[in-house]
Amino acid sequence: MTVVDSTVTAQPVRLLAAWHETGRADLEAHRAVHGPLPVARRHDREYPERLLDAVARSGLTGRGGAGFPTVRKLQAIARVRRRPLVVVNALEGEPASSKDAVLLTLTPHLVLDGAELVGEAIGAVEIAVCIPEHRDDLARHLGAALAERAAAGMGTAPVRVSRLVGRYVSGEESALADGLAGGEGRPHFRVSKGAPLAVRRRPALVHNAETLAHIALIARHGPGWFRSAGSPEAPGTSLVSVSGMVQRPGVYEVELGTPVGAIVDQAVPAEPIGAVLVGGYGGAWLSGKDVGTPYTPKALAAAGSTMGVGVLGVVGRSTCGVAETARVASYLAGESAGQCGPCTFGLPAIARDLLALAHGDGDQRTLARLQMRLDVVVGRGACRHPDGAVRLVRSALSVFADDLAHHVRHRPCSGWNRRPLLPVPVSR
Amino acid sequence: MQRRPERQAPSPGRHEMRLRVNPVACDAFGYCAELIPELITLDEWGYPVVDEDPVPAHLRGLALRALRDCPRRALLLDTSAARGSPR
Repeated sequence: MTVVDSTVTAQPVRLLAAWHETGRADLEAHRAVHGPLPVARRHDREYPERLLDAVARSGLTGRGGAGFPTVRKLQAIARVRRRPLVVVNALEGEPASSKDAVLLTLTPHLVLDGAELVGEAIGAVEIAVCIPEHRDDLARHLGAALAERAAAGMGTAPVRVSRLVGRYVSGEESALADGLAGGEGRPHFRVSKGAPLAVRRRPALVHNAETLAHIALIARHGPGWFRSAGSPEAPGTSLVSVSGMVQRPGVYEVELGTPVGAIVDQAVPAEPIGAVLVGGYGGAWLSGKDVGTPYTPKALAAAGSTMGVGVLGVVGRSTCGVAETARVASYLAGESAGQCGPCTFGLPAIARDLLALAHGDGDQRTLARLQMRLDVVVGRGACRHPDGAVRLVRSALSVFADDLAHHVRHRPCSGWNRRPLLPVPVSR
Repeated sequence: MQRRPERQAPSPGRHEMRLRVNPVACDAFGYCAELIPELITLDEWGYPVVDEDPVPAHLRGLALRALRDCPRRALLLDTSAARGSPR
């Protein structure tokens, strides 16, 4: 994945500043650019409150996809008596996302700083950094960074690297906790979301790697600095992976509130934008005519899309959106954990209906059956995986309505034969 | 099977119970839909679609029986306030 020099386009460079300025990822370069870690002095009783206050005032929300206010998770775990575990979620199961891998490769110390700061504030006994088991490269980068920190006498809570199964749903919080505890890493049914996560009875605080990197900067520069980028209701910056019909795919740091089209322009679209898949494969399509929409949760929702995790998949006007969505829907069906009937059976059925339509083998009845299945599957799994697939497909039916009108008359389109655009891993 | 149409949820009272299914535990035996078809129907794959409104008083006995009879103990009675949006 190419990482482009964002300074050319006047977007702020925050998370990757050390890499941009020095071309290095080591501790010395990290300190030279970001300054020392603002750790708590021994017996500084006010440190936890100061850190939580800074995170609260920054308005930071989670960068793993749910967009939950970060301070609330910190407050919830601070109320728990037993000393917790800090979990760095870098599983990044979204095929089109590589921002967390980029962070761990180019600026691991910023992520580890964030984990250490949070760990100090909540009295964590341990920090677990979770990466996909097949990513030897990330394990190497992390190992090197941790060795540097150990040599420098940094950190109180020990940090371990956990290499876990890296399926699509593996990064879901309860699946992650399950994997860490030695289980298969499938999501759990939780009666209420409020129920705290635990790994072998130890309370666990799970944060996306990028969220922790932001905390590391907020702790140094303050909430006002964080809010000096972005918009009042969506403050700060975020990493976005741009892929698809673009000449410069890669990870870009952008101010929240930037129009989606402006973000895509940085990656240089290869042809006029037909539509953009926003938020990941469980996200929603945004029509090409709506690319002026600001990149914020509220504005995207109002436009019928969703922010989700920082992913923009660009397709051109000549692409068949129905065919692309059918491929992604098939992938999502294959990534069901297989625990809940509506997801296990419903997602493949939905994918088959969509494939039939894309091939020109479907008609109005196919479409009606598809819509009925979408309605019946949503909300009936233990996790949000089926909901994401439903959201994706519903948005395709809306945004690609013209293509669809063509397909329901038993006609495929020229777009079907084109090379597939959105990255879909070979199924296992 | 059709999903039940959305209805205005009443404000939670002291003795309200809502039926819920643990979808991981459920193995589509279908006993629950047999016992309380008023509240539980089966989708095309045999899995329960559960009415999320409070269980009416006259069906509570059957609801409790469905909980006991489920071979996977997949049915729950939720006495907390209205669920609102899914987790």
